[in-house]
Amino acid sequence: MLRLQARKVILVLLVLIIGCGLAVPNLFSPETRKAIEQNAPSWIPRAFLPIHAVVLGLDLQGGSHVLLEIDRAELVRSQVTQLRDDVRRILRDERVSFQGGIQTTARGVQIRVPDQAERQRVLPKLRELAQPIGTLGAFGPSGNQSIAITDQPDGLIQLSVTEAGSNERIRRAVEQAMEVLRRRVDALGTTEPNIQRQGLDRILVQVPGLQDPQRLKQILGDTAKLEFRLVGEANSADVDMLPSQDAGGQPVPVARQPVVDGADLIDAQPAFDSRSGQPIVNFRFNIRGAQRFGQITTENLGRPLAIVLDNKVISSPVIQSPITGGSGQISGNFTVEQVNNLAILLRAGALPAKMTIVEERTVGPGLGADSIRAGKMATLIATVLVVIYMLATYGIFGLIASVALLVHVGLIFGLMSFLGATMTLPGIAGIVLTIGTAVDSNVLIYERMREEEHQGRSLVSALEAGFQRAFATIIDSNVTMLIAAVALFSLGSGPVRGFAVVFILGILTTVITAVTLTRMLIAVWYRWARPKHLPF
Amino acid sequence: MRLLRIVPDNTRFKFVWFRRVSYPLSAAYSILVLVLFLTVGLNFGIDFKGGTLIEMQAKSGAIDIAQIRHTATGLGFGEAEVQEFGAGGEVSMRFGMQPGGEAAQQAVVVRAREAFASNYDFRRVETVGPRVSGELVQAGTLGVVLAIVGVLIYLWFRFEMPLALGAIIGTLHDIVLTIGFFLITQLEFNLTSIAAILTIVGYSLNETVVVFDRTRELLRRYKTMPIAELLDLSVNSTLSRTAMTATTTFLSLLALVLFGGTAIQGFALVMLFGVVVCTYSAMFISTPVLLYMDVRSAGAREEAQEAARAKASAAKAKA
Repeated sequence: MLRLQARKVILVLLVLIIGCGLAVPNLFSPETRKAIEQNAPSWIPRAFLPIHAVVLGLDLQGGSHVLLEIDRAELVRSQVTQLRDDVRRILRDERVSFQGGIQTTARGVQIRVPDQAERQRVLPKLRELAQPIGTLGAFGPSGNQSIAITDQPDGLIQLSVTEAGSNERIRRAVEQAMEVLRRRVDALGTTEPNIQRQGLDRILVQVPGLQDPQRLKQILGDTAKLEFRLVGEANSADVDMLPSQDAGGQPVPVARQPVVDGADLIDAQPAFDSRSGQPIVNFRFNIRGAQRFGQITTENLGRPLAIVLDNKVISSPVIQSPITGGSGQISGNFTVEQVNNLAILLRAGALPAKMTIVEERTVGPGLGADSIRAGKMATLIATVLVVIYMLATYGIFGLIASVALLVHVGLIFGLMSFLGATMTLPGIAGIVLTIGTAVDSNVLIYERMREEEHQGRSLVSALEAGFQRAFATIIDSNVTMLIAAVALFSLGSGPVRGFAVVFILGILTTVITAVTLTRMLIAVWYRWARPKHLPF
Repeated sequence: MRLLRIVPDNTRFKFVWFRRVSYPLSAAYSILVLVLFLTVGLNFGIDFKGGTLIEMQAKSGAIDIAQIRHTATGLGFGEAEVQEFGAGGEVSMRFGMQPGGEAAQQAVVVRAREAFASNYDFRRVETVGPRVSGELVQAGTLGVVLAIVGVLIYLWFRFEMPLALGAIIGTLHDIVLTIGFFLITQLEFNLTSIAAILTIVGYSLNETVVVFDRTRELLRRYKTMPIAELLDLSVNSTLSRTAMTATTTFLSLLALVLFGGTAIQGFALVMLFGVVVCTYSAMFISTPVLLYMDVRSAGAREEAQEAARAKASAAKAKA
C-alpha cells in the first residue's frame, strides 16, 4: 500500500481537486457570479462556468413557504352538480318518464325509471357520460371510468363519481391552480418563486426574500371568482341568496346563471373613480364577453346587476345605459391595497376551487443573515478545535487527518453546488456535526495501526494492517449511519431534508477521503521521513 | 514532543461487570421517563401540535415581556406562551391550535401583526394547521421505525442476529434517554428533534458497530475465551478510538451550542447529550447484553458456513 502509483495518485488528486473546485463559486458574491455569467464568452457552456453555488434555503435567505390545499369536497360537489345536469338533459332529450325526480346522493345521483323499454333506451346514453381515466396503455385504457353506473331490476339507476374520477378532477384542478398561482406570484415581482405540486391535492409555494408575506398570503388564498349576475326575485327557483356587502351582509337574490364571468376578462387595473375619488378596478372584456355584456345590459335597462366576487355581492348597480364598449369598473368601498390585490387576482384568473393555507413558514431576512453568520462562526470554531485536538494527539498524522477534514468539507460544498442542493440551517448544523465525526475514519485507522505495532509488527506491516483491518469497520459503521440518514431524507421536508443531504454527502466523502487521500499522504510521509515507528 | 493521550494503553476495565450498576440505573431512568411522559408530557412544538409561532425583535432593543404577554393573550386566541430569548431583545410567542379548521389559524397571524408590527420586526412566523401536523407526527414516527428496521436488517446480514439485537437494544436505550432529556428540560419537540433523534440513532449504531466488529474478530481468534472476558477485551481495545471520536464530536457540537445561534441551539444541545449517551451505552448497555445471548454458536455457525463456501469454491477450482 505504500507504493505510490503515478496513475492512481493523479486520478485521486484530480477527482479531489475538481470536487473541491466545484465549491469555489460559493466564495464569490452573487453579484460576482452574475457578472461572470454575463461576461464569459458565449462558447463556454454555462454548466462549466464557476457560477453554480449552493442554494440557500428559505430559512437562511429569508422568505415564505406556504402550503395550500384544494377543497376536495367542493370539487366533488361540483362534479355531482354537473352529473345531475347531464342526467336531466339526457332524460329530457330521450323523453323518459321517471319517478320522484333526480335524487342527489353523497357522490352522485339516482333516478327511478320503472318502464323496462325506456330504461333500455336511456341506459346506453347514460353510460356515455362515463369517461375512461388515465393514460392509454398498450392494452387500451387502464379500465377506470370516471362514473360508475348500476341499474337494478326494480328500475333504480344509480350514477356515482368514482374515486378515480374525482382524483382525476382534483389532479386537473391542481394543475390549473398552479398556473393561476404562478401568474399571481409573478405579479408581485419577486425573484425565482418556486411553485410545485405536493401529493394529490396540495401546492407548495416558496417565495424567497419577500418584504410583505401578508400580501403574498392574501394573493394566494382568494379564489377570485368574479361573476356578473342579474338580481332576481326572492322566492324564485333559479336564484341564489348571496350575502351583499352593500346591504351590510344581508342576503340578496341573484340569478343562478351568471351573465358573464371572470374568464372573459382580458385586463384589470386599479384606478380611482373620477367623480367620487374612491379606489376602483377598471376591467376590459374579450370580444365574447363584451358582446354578451352589451346584449344583457341592453335587454335589462333599469334593472340592478350584481357584481359577485367569491359568492359575495360586492355591489349591485342599476344598469343606466347599455354597456357595449366591453369595459367597466368595479367599485365597492375598497381600500387602495384591496383594489391593487383585486386587479392582480382578476388578471391572473380564478382558482378552480377554494384553496386553504394549511401550513406557513416565514423567515425574515434579518434572522436568515444572523443564522448564516452564527453558522459560519460555529463551523470555524469547530474546525479549529478538532484540528488542534487531532494535532495534539497524532502529530504529523493529525495534520494528515486535518487535511482530509478540510478536503471533506470542501467536497460537501462542491457536491452540493454541483447537485444544486439546498443549504438550510439544520444543514449547517450537519456540517458542524460531520466535522466532528469525519475524523472517525482516520481515528479508526490510526488506532488500529498502533495496536498492530504494539503487537510487534514492523511499521510497514502495521500501517498496512491498520488500513486493511479498519476498512471493514469503517464500512459497517458508516453504512448504519447512512441508513439512518436516508430514512431522515425520505421523511423530511425543507430544512430537515437539507440536514439529511449534508449528512449523507458527509458520510460518503469521509469514507472516500479516508481510503484515498489519507492513504496517499501517509505513503508520502513514509517515503519522506523514513520512520522506524509511528509518530504517536 | 509528547503527544496527548486521554486513554492509557492496554486498559483492563471490567465493562461487563459494570452492568450490575448500569442496568438498574438505566431501568430506573427508563421508568422515570415513562412516568414523566405520562404526567408532564413532551413539550410539542407547533409542527406536531398545530398552532402559530411568532418570533419578533423589538425595534428599540428593549422589550417589556409582561406587556407583550398581556397584549398577546388579549388578542383572543387563548393563552399565549411568551418567552424572551437571545441577547438582542428577541421574543417568541406561541399560540395553540385554534378551533375552526385550517383557515382559523391564519387569523392569529393577521391579528398579531396588527398588534405588534409597529414596535417589533417579525423575524419568523410559522403556522401549522391540524391536518399537516397530524401528517408530520405520522411521518416522524414512521421515519424512526423505518430507520431501526433498515439497520436491523443490515446488521443481521453483516453480524448475525445476537449482535444485531444487541445493537438495536442499545439504540432503543439511547432513544429513550434522549426523549427523557426532552421531558426533563422541556425543550420544544419538533421536526428538527426527529432529525436529532435519527442522527443519534446513526451515531449510537456507529459506536456499537465499532465495538461489535472487534467482538466478531475476537470470537474468531479466541475460540475458548470466556464471553465476559472477550467482551471486556472488545471494549478495552477500541476504547482509545471511542474516546477520540466522542471528544471530537463533542467539541464540534459544543462549538455549535455556544456559537451556532439561538435557532439551532436546541438541536445542538440534544445532539451533545446524545453523543454522551451513545458512548456510554455502547460500552455499558449493548455490549453486556451479548452475555445473555448465544453469541458463540452464532459466530460458529457463520464460520462453518464460510468454511463450507471456501470448500465448495476450492472443489470448484479443482474441477
